[in-house]
Amino acid sequence: MGRINKKKKETPQISTASLPDIIFILLFFFMVTTVMRKNDLMIDKPETPEATELTKIKYKEAATEIYIGFPKKEHSAKYGTSPRIQLDDAISGKDKVQAFIKEKQALVPSNLLGHFVVSFRVDKEVTMGIVSDVKQELRKADALKINYSSRFRPEETK
Amino acid sequence: MAKGKRSSTEINASSMADIAFLLLIFFLVTTTIDQDKGILNKLPAWSDEPPPDDIRVKDKDVLQILINSNNQLLVEGEYMGIEKLRQRTVDHILNKERRADYPDSPQDAVISLKNDRATKYDIYIQVQNELKAAYTELRNKETEKISKGEFTTYVKLKECTDPLVKDKRAKKCKVWKQKVKEAIPMKISEAEPKNFGGGTE
Repeated sequence: MGRINKKKKETPQISTASLPDIIFILLFFFMVTTVMRKNDLMIDKPETPEATELTKIKYKEAATEIYIGFPKKEHSAKYGTSPRIQLDDAISGKDKVQAFIKEKQALVPSNLLGHFVVSFRVDKEVTMGIVSDVKQELRKADALKINYSSRFRPEETK
Repeated sequence: MAKGKRSSTEINASSMADIAFLLLIFFLVTTTIDQDKGILNKLPAWSDEPPPDDIRVKDKDVLQILINSNNQLLVEGEYMGIEKLRQRTVDHILNKERRADYPDSPQDAVISLKNDRATKYDIYIQVQNELKAAYTELRNKETEKISKGEFTTYVKLKECTDPLVKDKRAKKCKVWKQKVKEAIPMKISEAEPKNFGGGTE
């Protein structure tokens, strides 16, 4: 027992030389996954409905969002309180939808044109009237693939 | 030249970690990992002509679903809870009991979905979700049968046919996918919503 070397009591210092490397790896991870917010919402961030049958949008470059929701409080004087459509960073009428879609389609790489999807980011409290209007416009613009953006709800066990 | 000066050019790297930390925190804060997902759907192509009158769909082939302005669900004229819709849809398409008022085969089955302009979007999505779930269930079973177990879900089969994925089995998958689609065609017809009355938008 007495043989244990007294020198061992001295705990060796942990080398921090690799710390920058670890941090850098984390940094790269977040740099790669970061998506900067593209546009400012003039409406309250839509609380999308919950669903179980979700499909991921595979080609983000070929996706375009249309927001429908209630105008933010600070904009309610201008836009009222009923649901409005937001395209890019401005609240617009439904008559602008077709031009908006054409504009977005032109930006999509040609090999992904078949995957062009319009994603509906709609608040769940919105009524179907305005949504249907937009859907009709999309049909006229020949953008037929749509996605009702939803959050995942785990299926309840029966 | 003095010999001592040669070793003085080393840069102090101890602040590197701090710099990296700062950057890391910046990206941590700005990151929003939100993969967009939702219920994928396809709209019918637009046509200026009114639909021809002579499209005759037998009454028994159609499953009428109506969501009124009070967000109530009416299936074939009867109130139904949303939790029963999935099973009802599957029953309608398969018609396992060979009922006379259900379609003769899954190929004939049509779902007709109608909603009011005042229907809540949430309810509409829940109904879409249930319909999609019913079809997914049926198509998955069919996929497994046709591909003899190689694919268990229709989504996987569909992914295999995507030219951008470059799956070697793409040719085979395409044939299978076509077969599944023919066996269980997804015929959901949506009427343009009208104000049936009662509700306010």
